[in-house]
Amino acid sequence: MKRIILFSTITLLLAVAAQGQKYFTKSGKINFDATSANSPEKIEGVNRTVICVVDTKTGNIQFSALLKGFEFERALMQEHFNENYVESDKFPKAEFKGTIVNNNSVNYSADGAYDVKVEGKLTMHGETKDVLSGGKLIIQNGKINAAAGFKILLADFKVAIPGLVADKVSNTASINVSCLLEPLK
Amino acid sequence: MTKPNQTHFVMKRFIYSIIFSALCFFCCARLYAQEADLLKLVEEDKNKKEIVKNAFKSPRVINGHSMEFLRPGTMDFRILHRFGQLNQGYRNFFGLDQASMRLGFDFGIFKNLMAGVGRSTYKKELDAFIKYAPFLQSTGKHSFPVTIALVSGITMDGLPWADPDRKNFFTSRLAYYFQGIVGRKISEAFTLQLAPTMVHKNLVQKAVDSNDVYSIGIGGRLRISKRIAFTWDYYYVLNPFTDNAYQNPLAVGFDIETGGHVFQLHFSNATGMNERAFITETTGNWGKGEVRFGFNLSRVFQIKKKKLG
Repeated sequence: MKRIILFSTITLLLAVAAQGQKYFTKSGKINFDATSANSPEKIEGVNRTVICVVDTKTGNIQFSALLKGFEFERALMQEHFNENYVESDKFPKAEFKGTIVNNNSVNYSADGAYDVKVEGKLTMHGETKDVLSGGKLIIQNGKINAAAGFKILLADFKVAIPGLVADKVSNTASINVSCLLEPLK
Repeated sequence: MTKPNQTHFVMKRFIYSIIFSALCFFCCARLYAQEADLLKLVEEDKNKKEIVKNAFKSPRVINGHSMEFLRPGTMDFRILHRFGQLNQGYRNFFGLDQASMRLGFDFGIFKNLMAGVGRSTYKKELDAFIKYAPFLQSTGKHSFPVTIALVSGITMDGLPWADPDRKNFFTSRLAYYFQGIVGRKISEAFTLQLAPTMVHKNLVQKAVDSNDVYSIGIGGRLRISKRIAFTWDYYYVLNPFTDNAYQNPLAVGFDIETGGHVFQLHFSNATGMNERAFITETTGNWGKGEVRFGFNLSRVFQIKKKKLG
């Protein structure tokens, strides 16, 4: 009986250890900029409550951001963003689920910087689209600093820009992500 | 006899334990392999309290205050127009030849506190108000089903004294109003509010008239599209003045949002654009076509910008 307990404890520990390769944050940052070329005002917002989880073994990487968490310089812009563009009451979250394509070339156990490629699916406003992005992983003191930037076409996510504001709001948005990930226990 | 039996027993135990631990491991490994949804591991608090916003496009339904507040750090510049009666026909271009207006500045101070001032051409009246909500409609933990707001305002008549020969007091120019608003954004499209209101006039026309006029307002909006909503605003006066010259004010219209502006285009039987004027001095009769076209133009400026960093 003792042996059973011993064995099962060891195997459980092993299994747990195998899972201890995940990193996460709840305070990641996403910058969003949809300013038109000649716009007199900046159409940009920032979300500082982005959730990100990375599984270093499989290279799976996932993000989740509440659209209501985006803050804008102008309260009215924030209101319009939520009410008229992304309809955050109907579609509260934006989610990305993907993988680090060249995960095998990243050594997570030592400090270092790596250029990575991430591909996956971005779901927002009820639409899902494939996204490919270049990014950078900096591993330092057992933490991962992950950064990426890519552009999306707003029409892909059925976010319509009325002609009246087309001189201010671009039909593409550049998204910049930056997260400091800590080990998930 | 006993020895092989014991070995056998130990062997059996050993095999069992291996099987058991293997099972354990596979169970864990299976769990691990099925974790396609990594986000579930750090799921956020879903039941967070959230204040319901955008019950109305603007802090006014049409004439009266709405349950909505300006965002902190913003100023709403309001230009209001009421034209002449439609039934005057082409001679006065259906009333458009005669315009009465009010200019106003409203300020958002906190998420539940705002204040404003305005000046109307009708009676050259100045007005000011402060609006505060002890409770805001919210969802999630410790949610509250309705917004309860309180408005307190003052108006000052700027016309020359009607009878300069008698002793006139400055206080005779003043009137006050106190209003409670209970409103709920029932769905994304539909909002309804009740607004019991008391207007106190320091000076009334006849000795038999009450200085206090009580009324109850019913306002609402129905969103037709993302940027257009149908609105209505009605006040039922409980103790009208004795001479029966006055009507209950009813306004119906559309809110049109164009990005920076909100246009409130409407038809109403009231000329006044503050609570004293439209609740106690509306003379137009809807039944007789004594209805006016009017619009409120609202432009919100950000005075204090939020730092994005």
